[in-house]
Formats: sequence, C-alpha cells, structure tokens
Amino acid sequence: MNKTETVNISRRSFVEKSATAAAALTIAPGIFLNQVHAKPAAEAVTDAKRWGILVDTAKCASGCTSCVTACHEENGIASHGRPLTDQQWIRKVKLKDKQTNHVVSLPVMCQHCEKPPCVDVCPTGASFKRDDGIVLVDRHICIGCRYCMMACPYKARSFAHEAVDNVVDYQPRGKGTVESCTMCVHRVDEDGTPACVEACTEAEHGAMIFGDLKDPESAISKELVKHGGTQLRADLGLNTGVRYRGI
Amino acid sequence: MKKIHLQPIDGNSTGYLGLLAILGAFVLGALGSTYYMEHNGHWVTGMDNQIVWGMPHVFAVFLIVAASGALNVASISSVFQKKIYKPLAPLSTLVALALLMGGLMILVLDLGRPDRLIVAMTYYNFKSIFAWNMILYNGFFVIVGIYAWFMLDRTMKQYSRYAGIAAFVWRLALTTGTGSIFGFLVARTGYDMAMMAPMFVIMSFSFGLAIFLLVLMASYNWTGRELGDAVVNRLRKLLGIFAMAVLYFVFVYHISNLYATEHHGFEAFMLLGENGGETYSNIFWIGQILIGSLIPIAMIYAPGVANCRKTLAMACLLIVFGGLAQMYTIIIGGQAYPLDIFPGMEVLESTFNDGLVSQYSASLPEYLLGLGGFAVSLIVIALGVKVLGFLPESLADSVADPHAKAE
Repeated sequence: MNKTETVNISRRSFVEKSATAAAALTIAPGIFLNQVHAKPAAEAVTDAKRWGILVDTAKCASGCTSCVTACHEENGIASHGRPLTDQQWIRKVKLKDKQTNHVVSLPVMCQHCEKPPCVDVCPTGASFKRDDGIVLVDRHICIGCRYCMMACPYKARSFAHEAVDNVVDYQPRGKGTVESCTMCVHRVDEDGTPACVEACTEAEHGAMIFGDLKDPESAISKELVKHGGTQLRADLGLNTGVRYRGI
Repeated sequence: MKKIHLQPIDGNSTGYLGLLAILGAFVLGALGSTYYMEHNGHWVTGMDNQIVWGMPHVFAVFLIVAASGALNVASISSVFQKKIYKPLAPLSTLVALALLMGGLMILVLDLGRPDRLIVAMTYYNFKSIFAWNMILYNGFFVIVGIYAWFMLDRTMKQYSRYAGIAAFVWRLALTTGTGSIFGFLVARTGYDMAMMAPMFVIMSFSFGLAIFLLVLMASYNWTGRELGDAVVNRLRKLLGIFAMAVLYFVFVYHISNLYATEHHGFEAFMLLGENGGETYSNIFWIGQILIGSLIPIAMIYAPGVANCRKTLAMACLLIVFGGLAQMYTIIIGGQAYPLDIFPGMEVLESTFNDGLVSQYSASLPEYLLGLGGFAVSLIVIALGVKVLGFLPESLADSVADPHAKAE
C-alpha cells in the first residue's frame, strides 16, 4: 500500500467519518439497550445452563389463572370461542389424591423434558430441544402431522386448528402447525423470566420459580436441594425441566 | 401347466367407464373436502386437541397396512415358489401399489400443511419412526415397482425372484414400521406395546388378502374371464387362517393388558365400555370381533359354501369392515382414553379435558377424504389392468392347476 495514500484523508472525508462515528455512539446504546446483558443473537446456545421452573402447589391458588392469562397475552394466543380446538399453552388443573383426599392446584405446560418424546417422533425435526433444555417447535418446517401431540405424555401441545390472528413478531405461529410453551424463550434469551412466572410473582403467590437447574446458586436449585421436587410421570424417565412440589 | 397369457382388459365397456366415473366422483369429493379442511383449518372436522388423529387416519392406516398384505400372493409365488400363484403375482403387486397410493394420499391431504410435503421429503429426523416410514413407503413403491417390471418384462424375468424376496422383506419392514408408530407411543395406555408391530403385520395379511380377493373376483367376473375354484379356494382358506391369526393377536394384546394392573382401566374402557367407553366396546365386540372376524371366518369354513363366490365376497367385505373397525378402536379409542398424567390423582378441574374420555364424531369431509383414498386405489387398479397385462387371460382350473381336486 502506498504510504502517502494512508495519510491522504481529505478534510471532507474526515468530517464525514467523524460525524458517522459520533452518530453511531449516540444512537447505539438506544438500539442495543436490551442486549446489554443478553446472549448475542449470533452466539450459540450451550448446555452450560438448563432452564427449569419449580411449581410449589401449596402456594398455587385454586381459581387463580394469572399464569395462563399472562402466557396467552405474551404469546398472542387468542380464543376462537371453541375450547376443544383453541390453543392452550398452559392450563390450570385441580387434583385430589384418591387415597388422602388432599387437593392441589397447579399449572401444566410443556415440561421441557431432557429426553422429549415429541422430539423423538417428529419426522422432520421441527420439534427440537435447545442445548439449554428448552423444547420448541420450528414452525417453518412443521408439517402438521400431530405425531408429537400423540407422543407428549402431558398433552402440552396444541394444533392451530384455524387462522392465527394476533401473531407477535417474536413468536411466529400459523394455521396447520403445532405449538406449545416456549418457556418464553424470547425473554429468557434476554435474561428475562417467563411471563407465567412473572405473573405468579406479581399476583403475590410466588408459586413459580424460574432459573438455571445447573447453577447450584440459583434460587430454583437451592429450593430443589432444600425441599425436593417431583416430576409428572417420573416413571417415563424423561427428566423434566418443570418440577412440582406438593404432589 | 398350460402357458398362461397375461392380457390387458378392453376397458371400453359402459360398466368400466361408469366405474371410473363413480370413483372419480369420490376423488373429487376427497379433494373438495381437503380444500374445505385446509381453507378453514381443522376445526371444521371432528378432530381437536384431544383426538388429533381422526377418521382420515383410520382409512389411511388401514389402506397402508392392506397394501402390504395385498402382496401376499406375489410373495408366496416368488419367495415360497408356489407355482399356482405365479400368474397372479403381477396383479398382487398392482393392488399393493394402488392401496399404498390411496392411503398415502389421505395421510398427506390431512396434514396441517400438505403444501410442505417437500419438507417432509427433505428433512429427516432419523430417530422418528414416522420418518422411517416415509422411507419405507417410498422404498415400497420403488421395490415393488421394480418387482412388477421384472415379472412383466420377459428379458428381466430371471431376476424377478430376487426382486420378490426384496419386496417380501421390505413389506414386513413397512408393516412393522406402521405398527410401531403406535407401539412406540410410551405415554398412552392403549399403545406402548412392542406387539403392535407384529399385530399390524398379521392384520396386513388378512386385510390385504381380503381386498385382493375382492379385486380378483370382481375383475374376472366383470370381464367375463374364467376364474377357477382351485386358486380361489386356496386363497379363501388362507384368508381364514389369517383372520384367525388376527384374532389370536388381539387376544394376546388384551390378555397382556389385563395382567398389568395399570392397564385395567383401559381394558374396562375398551372391553366392558366402562367410564365412557361404550362406543369403543361396541365397535370392538360388534364391529371388529363379531361382524369383522367371527362371521366371516364362519362364512369361509362353513360346509357347503366352498365354491360360493358370493359368500366369499361377503366374507371379504366383512373382513374389510372389521379391519376398519379395528383401526377405529386402535386409533380413536387409544386417544379417547385419558392420558394418566397424574397417577393416583383424580382431576377435579381442568380446562383441557384432563382425566376425561374425549368425544369424537367424524365429520363428513373426513369420511369423504377416506373414501377418496379407497377410490384412488381402485382407479389405479382399474387403469393398471387396462394399460398393462396384469390379469391372466384365464385362470380356469384346467389352466391354473390341472391336478386340482374339486371340493
């Protein structure tokens, strides 16, 4: 390279570049504000973390549906007034122990299994598990065969039986594909908390704790070490990311 | 044995054209149904988030299973070297290919996104038995197609036995795969059993042979060609054995479930109609066992009806009906029985039907789609026997088996 060229910057060029740099420095924090602590989009998810949710059924209030409402608002899930074909990503159930008559209330959603049957059976690989344990459906390659719905032991998946209105940009959804709880992956990737957990805390029940199951210092791990937590259908050996206490 | 000529049928008669027109109307009905279902979404069907596979799957799985069974005659001829079946082996391959086409058409048109068929063909999750089945179905077309070609092409005939053996192995794999679609569903009480695979294999033997016999008798009857009792009676007895074998597998399936306490609820639901299972127990006992198995078996073995084609045709139709009933109890009944998500607990409240038996009532478009699949199969057979020489000119006893003894 010619030495003179490297220093031959005209005054106009200098002013232009300085102005661009100044503008970038001014605007950038605004644009990238939400990503300050978050995982950059280009960075691959690793198995250094395993996200999970602990539900304390003793704190879960019967009749409260804050988690359901928050989830459906967050993810743009609207009812068509047809309960049997409407999508449900999370539901509240009330159970009674047949022997002891003990009654509990709890939310049920995708259990984010370590070995998810939905992922095993999906013919195209649209059902997949991220390295951090979140189980998702890639709705761009889901063909709508519903085999995952047959395989899921928790009935956690719904099929979009009709046109989907109200799609939010971080949650692509569409008629003819299968969907389920994403553990609010769009929030988690920005160091956030799933909408259901947040709503439960805001409703002052505090029945749900979200966190990294691999981090012994996380609130969820400490709670699990102290009080334990059970899996739904633990006999299937799926090692679920969602755990319950009190059932 | 006299030389047997394979001759295409004329296919110019009013009856033939009328048959094609009627079948064509069914296909149009299926296409219209598909448009209606895909345009509006699946909420217009009887299927929902509890019963995710409905009547289309009953028809589709039945046809796919029967496709494998329709190859019985060719397999016995090529693999087990039974000469009497040799003239019918090409027809056997045609019926097999046609039934698979019909079944797959239903399956594809019922997808939430049938337009993404290319995705299904290009993205494979090799742990999925469903993905394996796609390979098995496509492979079946290729292998059975080659087998048919080798049998019909004089220059390739010497290799037809090898192609026949490959097709025999492949068809067993195909039905094993289809049964495993259900057998591998670990969480559902009615499935989750390795026995599903061999049960589907034996079901294929029975359903496929019943359809093959119907096609055989109809095509000879309608074209005025001679079909002797020697061949038909052998196939009739074989069908009886297969139908009894299906019953045996069904017996073992239920007796195994009855032994395990955790499955008692399901058996009470399916066999006794308890806890909302009346529909399924009725379809099981009346449709599958009585009308679909015991009566046709009696018709096959009853004295004095050995050479009665009408009785045999009726028995075949009942076996087809029983096969559809069996698919219904397996596919719909298996889903209707509630998943045991909370063992030891009673569900007091749920917005998602937890703990409840799911209700299902098939809609008209679902029936039309299923019947359209049957129609596609029959059209392929009708056109096949017109275009190529799949049918022997005569299968009179003197031609097929000169040493046959009359019954």
